[in-house]
Amino acid sequence: MLSSRRVRPRRTPSPFIRITHWIGALSMLAMIGSGWQIYNASPILPFEFPAWATLGGWLGGGIAWHFAAMWVLMAAGVVYLGYGVLSGHFRRDLRPVGPRAIGRDMAQALRFRLSHAAGHYNAIQRLLYTGVLIVALLTVASGLSIWKPVQLGWLTWLFGGYDVARRIHFAMMTLIVAFLVIHIALALLVPSTLFGMVFGRRPSAAPEVSVQEGGAR
Amino acid sequence: MSHNRLDRSAIAPELRRIERRLMLKGALSLGGLSMLSGCALDDEPSVERALSAMSRFTDRMQALLFSRQRLAREFDASRITHPFPFNAYYDESEVRTVDPAGWRLDVGGLVSDRRPWSLAQFRALPQKRQITRHICVEGWSAIGDWSGVPLSMFLQKVGADLRAKYVNFRCFDDYSTSIDMATALHPQTILALDYGDRALPPAYGAPMKVRIPTKLGYKNPKYLASIEVTNRFPGGYWEDQGYDWFGGS
Ligand code: HEM
Repeated sequence: MLSSRRVRPRRTPSPFIRITHWIGALSMLAMIGSGWQIYNASPILPFEFPAWATLGGWLGGGIAWHFAAMWVLMAAGVVYLGYGVLSGHFRRDLRPVGPRAIGRDMAQALRFRLSHAAGHYNAIQRLLYTGVLIVALLTVASGLSIWKPVQLGWLTWLFGGYDVARRIHFAMMTLIVAFLVIHIALALLVPSTLFGMVFGRRPSAAPEVSVQEGGAR
Repeated sequence: MSHNRLDRSAIAPELRRIERRLMLKGALSLGGLSMLSGCALDDEPSVERALSAMSRFTDRMQALLFSRQRLAREFDASRITHPFPFNAYYDESEVRTVDPAGWRLDVGGLVSDRRPWSLAQFRALPQKRQITRHICVEGWSAIGDWSGVPLSMFLQKVGADLRAKYVNFRCFDDYSTSIDMATALHPQTILALDYGDRALPPAYGAPMKVRIPTKLGYKNPKYLASIEVTNRFPGGYWEDQGYDWFGGS
């Protein structure tokens, strides 16, 4: 026991990643629910979100939740991105790999044979995570641009003006929801990753689990 | 927003009275933010408190972001929205009007000259025109064409204490709102008398509307009745129900 502790390996994912991931996930869900509430006040498409799926009870409540969650999400995002860049985590673990590896992993995933070593993301995960991070950044930026079209006028201009930016913000939300459906389904398919994301896990403790456990996370 | 228009307008006055009474109850119990959380969290005071604390934080950040030098974009006449939409907390059929000749703007609070102003006095001052985008908190927006007297000029004329924190607006349609002094002194904040080339029509706030292109629609009151300069936080019609007070764009 003691001897194994001497060479205690780093828990993965790092606590920075785990804590900011869950704070970010909660605030993102709050942003989506309250965003739907705000959308319902003046829909741009011919439908409204069902009241049970919205947060805030009325427009003013939705806005209060949306901004409260925004600050939490931005704080978690800054810590996560800062850590990801400085620790090399993004470069090492999230940077998408070449199309060949993606093709291989996709083929394996479809046959439910994708390997996933602890602390190591496969090509599809890398693609999805990098993609959703970019989309989340665009969501925040387009959201800021419709919140502050005067003070951050340059940002609104970058997004093509107020009306276009509003639609971009909505489209990015849709992409995040689509990601979430896949992401949560995969996490439930391979519960060990869920456990790992909550408690962390030691790569040396159970490296073999990774082979053909039956699913791509 | 406008389902059951007919039924609603028939019972609107009654509804509003009930709504106000409920609101008042909320304001008394939970600092006016009791309606914020909705759903099951409705009765959870700690959630309400957290949300209203965050809302105050948001207000502070908005004030920090605000610059008196930064101007709202102005548009070509070709971009004006036709027809510019009517919007208020009541239906267009309930718009209240006054006789422009008899209308006076009351002036109060931290000013050296409290005499009321007539429309003619405002007409005698230099007017500024702007074609800017009005953005509603609901998400829609429309481009309109207002002209009038810069609020900063008016505040100087009445000897307002320009270091005071707030400027409070009361309206004869029982609406009210208030803004920070920095925004009051912004060059595009005007006391609008005209829409297009004509005097403001009743639907747009005749005889006077405060046009602030750096703030959301609910901070742009119509049917102005009084202006007060104050250091006591004045709140406002929607702000007291939970919209963030700063409401900046
Ligand atoms: C609320 C439901 C969510 C659940 C159950 C969940 C679950 C997980 C799990 C289990 C992992 C680890 C996967 C592995 O180790 O193989 C993970 C990683 C990740 N998730 Fe989520 N997640 C959720 C929400 C979100 C949201 C809303 C986002 C962003 C929009 C997100 C973005 C990410 C990213 C970028 C990673 C990789 C983290 C890294 O290592 O840097 N997740 N998630």
